[in-house]
Amino acid sequence: MESLLDSVDLAEDMTVRVAEAAGFDEDNRYRIGMAVREAMINALEYGNQRSRSKKIHFTLALEADRLLIRIRDEGPGFEVADVPDPLAEENLLKTSGRGIFLMRAFMDEFEVRRPPGGGAEVVMARRYPARPGNNASAP
Amino acid sequence: MSFRATPRETSGVTIIDVSGRITLGEGSAMLREMVRDLLGKGQKKIVLNLGDVNYIDSSGIGELVSGYTTVKNQGGEVKLLNLTKKVHDLLQITKLYTVFDVHNDEHSAVDSFR
Repeated sequence: MESLLDSVDLAEDMTVRVAEAAGFDEDNRYRIGMAVREAMINALEYGNQRSRSKKIHFTLALEADRLLIRIRDEGPGFEVADVPDPLAEENLLKTSGRGIFLMRAFMDEFEVRRPPGGGAEVVMARRYPARPGNNASAP
Repeated sequence: MSFRATPRETSGVTIIDVSGRITLGEGSAMLREMVRDLLGKGQKKIVLNLGDVNYIDSSGIGELVSGYTTVKNQGGEVKLLNLTKKVHDLLQITKLYTVFDVHNDEHSAVDSFR
């Protein structure tokens, strides 16, 4: 996807539609959509720094027991450990820095990788809701 | 729903009725400009009525915080009114719920400036 604000909205919209098709309820769709939005914003603003020459690589996968999302930028990469804790007293009134916290809060699995090709890749997943009488599985 | 912010004044307090999504881009930018504009006119008692805001991302939260600190640094205050459940829960998990003065009733929000 292009490094444009429109891509953030598009990725969020696509994710919510796929999540609905996968059987997630409104609350879960909201959480998953928000996590995607935050990851896309980070890729756009901090990873690619809105450079039109850099792309955002966005993947949705309906796996056996979860919706898996990968968002990779073409920037310098970063270490999650270096991101300040937005809940720390000294950071509460900062105007940025809450994206990773929100992704972790809203998804069941969350990880940031440094892929061999460079950049930062957010990999996150939300497990399917359990169906009555069945184990959680894709429709 | 696209972003809209409409200011009105009552008892010396400016209430901004906000609707739509407060997100990176148009929503956040418009809110920022409106608060700056009010400060420029000397209006420092501001209530953000978020009753019709059902979605805010981290950029939108950042704008709320920015408005709060900017106005506070000029001797005023930004208060929040009518939080929807989603916005309430977001402010709670980000520990900002206790930073802002939050009201469920417009009269109490206005009276709190006295």
